[in-house]
Amino acid sequence: MAEDFNDNRTIQAQSSETISGAGAGVTPDTDYVRPAEVVDQDLYHGHSFITKWVFCQDAKVIGVQYFILATFTGIIGLILSWLMRLQLGFPGVASFMTAEHYYQFVTMHGMIMVVYFLTALFLGGFGNYLIPLMTGARDMVFPYVNMVSFWMFFIAVGVLLASFFVPGGPTGSGWTLYPPQAILEGTPGSGLGIILMLVSLVLFVIGFTMGGLNYLITVLQGRTRGMTLMRMPLTVWGIFTATVLAMLAFPALFVSAIMMTLDKLLGTSFFMPTILKAGEILEYGGGSPILFQHLFWFFGHPEVYIVALPAFGIVSDLISIHSRKNIFGYRMMVWAIVGIGALSFFVWAHHMYVSGMTPWFGFFFATTTLIIAVPTALKVYNWVLTLWRGNIRLNVVMLFCLGFIVTFVNGGITGIFLGNVSIDVPLSDTYFVVAHFHMVMGIAPLMVIMGAVYHWFPLVTGRLLSEKLGKWHFWFTFLGAYSIYFPMHYLGFVGVPRRYFEMYDSPYMASATGLNEFISTAAFIVGASQFILIYNIIKSLKTGKPAGKNPWKANSLEWLTPEVPPAHGNWGDKLPVVHRWPYDFNVPGAKEDYITQTTPPSEVLGAEVEKT
Amino acid sequence: MHAGIIFLAVIVGSVLFHIFTPWYWTDVASNWGSMDDTITLTFWIGGGVFVAVCLFMVYCVFKFSYKEGRKAEYKPEDKKLETILIIATTLGVAALLAPGLIVWNQFINVPKNAIHVDVMAWQWGWQYRLPGEDGKLGSTKVANINDSNPFGIILEDPNGKDDVLIQSDVLHIKNNRPVKILLRSVDVLHNWYVPQFRAKMDAVPGVVTYYWFEPNKIGEYEVLCAEYCGLGHYGMRGRVFVKDEQDYEKWLQEQETFSDLVAKQEEIEFSKTKLAKK
Repeated sequence: MAEDFNDNRTIQAQSSETISGAGAGVTPDTDYVRPAEVVDQDLYHGHSFITKWVFCQDAKVIGVQYFILATFTGIIGLILSWLMRLQLGFPGVASFMTAEHYYQFVTMHGMIMVVYFLTALFLGGFGNYLIPLMTGARDMVFPYVNMVSFWMFFIAVGVLLASFFVPGGPTGSGWTLYPPQAILEGTPGSGLGIILMLVSLVLFVIGFTMGGLNYLITVLQGRTRGMTLMRMPLTVWGIFTATVLAMLAFPALFVSAIMMTLDKLLGTSFFMPTILKAGEILEYGGGSPILFQHLFWFFGHPEVYIVALPAFGIVSDLISIHSRKNIFGYRMMVWAIVGIGALSFFVWAHHMYVSGMTPWFGFFFATTTLIIAVPTALKVYNWVLTLWRGNIRLNVVMLFCLGFIVTFVNGGITGIFLGNVSIDVPLSDTYFVVAHFHMVMGIAPLMVIMGAVYHWFPLVTGRLLSEKLGKWHFWFTFLGAYSIYFPMHYLGFVGVPRRYFEMYDSPYMASATGLNEFISTAAFIVGASQFILIYNIIKSLKTGKPAGKNPWKANSLEWLTPEVPPAHGNWGDKLPVVHRWPYDFNVPGAKEDYITQTTPPSEVLGAEVEKT
Repeated sequence: MHAGIIFLAVIVGSVLFHIFTPWYWTDVASNWGSMDDTITLTFWIGGGVFVAVCLFMVYCVFKFSYKEGRKAEYKPEDKKLETILIIATTLGVAALLAPGLIVWNQFINVPKNAIHVDVMAWQWGWQYRLPGEDGKLGSTKVANINDSNPFGIILEDPNGKDDVLIQSDVLHIKNNRPVKILLRSVDVLHNWYVPQFRAKMDAVPGVVTYYWFEPNKIGEYEVLCAEYCGLGHYGMRGRVFVKDEQDYEKWLQEQETFSDLVAKQEEIEFSKTKLAKK
């Protein structure tokens, strides 16, 4: 990392540098970058429509495919949430809404949003599009496997959605799929519905592993010359670390899905104890329902960070670029991402404080959970400290970043309530939990996704999205979503349990009726306002203002391709050479307010840059 | 309007909402007021951090919004500031964790004088069993459950004979006396939860789980199932009456014991066979 600069921390490049050192060629030795270790290889170029746009091996197209399919399932998830809120705010209005349907919608909404929307969008969508471009690679290292990854995801979504049309409908066991109820009569969709859900998850994990290996190896082996790990944009760090988590966590989901399928189809008893149902003893015995919960949350908690870490990374870059200021404490940010990722494997049972597991676990998992708050808080400090003495563009991208900070801090603090074992006792399984996780892993990452869409749309399409529509979209989404979830915490204090189809007439819950109506109304508005974004995208695709090259004056490589939008192979004839980190904004002594990563020191004479 | 003003309004609005909210805790009716206190402490520290961070953000948005030609500061790191922030955060987190763990320690250690209550859950209902004069509950087995042995008591266990059986979802408990709730389920997960008592725990088929509380307000309370258990989850309610000693004993005397039930059934059997002989 340091061999390209002199030893003093702040250096000033001089044009009279002597030329020395093997491989330095004719450049001054301040500009020296280690030569490439392998020759540049050409990629497989598709020629037909099918190989270019359908079974395509270009990571950028695969990224867009992931993005579109994940968004499509996300819209289904959104519609399901409307139906749920309709029942909760205005019970009895929709005649088709039975308890059975309600629980099916709750379940499908949860699973779709967490796995098939957020995970697929961040890693499959942003990961595919941005990793090769930001690290200076021509493509993912295994383009063919990458293509298969998307189509596995496609099949997984197909199987998932097919469960809406089988006898008994989709599973209504809650997104956590807890046995024994998930596979027993008495839960909607306990026949084909749950089987299709489990099969779909298995397919998703297989497809996702193919993609994940690509992201990891591309980051580790595919970076261009000069792109050291500590010069990577935090977006790449976030997606990379999240993928490591996914590779370690998804196997737990995979095996638990297979074991539950065996319990259902072959009558094994991995998760099934002796059960008395309708006066009959079932042919199960000796299994443990709590074992499933351990496996599920061993996946499920890292899963939260699989969604959060890419969001952390992306928002860091967006805040830095649009504040025209380097991200504050870059190295700390990297280590915080890695630290959070590692710690996330030691906190899973905080979802199980009242599950009946041995109560002694409570001490351990409360401690680890609150420790994770420290690196997380550091990241928050560094985001707001990046704004400090910046030159903040209050555009739509920045608005979404600010919205992210507010919702994330809010959701993070309520996480400290729930992680602190004895506080969790009264609050678990109430609307406080629902409000907490929607704020922290629903709204906050969504804010980042929206910001990222406005930020990178010009790169993908060559046109800018409308700022005016964008501002409307932002305020509806942010204010609306905040007014859904902020008051919802207080329903949890009242004691309203989650997953209740109807509240009935509990005396102390009567006061919740008005609030539920308000929340539902806000949910309808927020949902509808997402169509502003869709309209904005469709309209701007045709008539948006041409963006030109690097409209945000960013430093990272994805904006520096010879063609915009970048062509297959990304870099034309010559791979880029990296000389610095991507955060050299407003460097003292530099003429421009930004220095791109490919700018050699000899071109910015007099700029007092930090050694990176 | 400047975006900063709207963000400021959101922060101020959140604080005002918290102060004036009509939606808040039910009056606590057990010893777990300490949980409420821990929540209040977390509100102060956590809420303080939320307000401070957001106000700082809003200040930056006002003060440093874009001006052509202005130079942003170039300062990649500040070791001292970062160290201070790490230490302050760690201290804050420790201050929250410590009381949480202390309360948890109380929660998992049941007082010796607690009355044991067997709460049996199924899809979708509750029934209860109290120890008889020996103060001990007899052991049970799911496979033993049938019409003449609704709790699945193991017949050979002498402790089970005098157990008081309450085949209804209404439980009575004694005021100011700790109760140890022993939870079991015959089918899927359930959770016996009374918001006013604050405490809850899942009932898991195959194992017996527990928690305890000491009721301190006489009255009637609604029991909710707090762990999703299938279609009837939302309707799985029950009731608890907290009574003073006298009323409680009176109620207890009226309840049937396991031996009563067995005797009654034997009587029925006997009269049946007698009828058949005639």
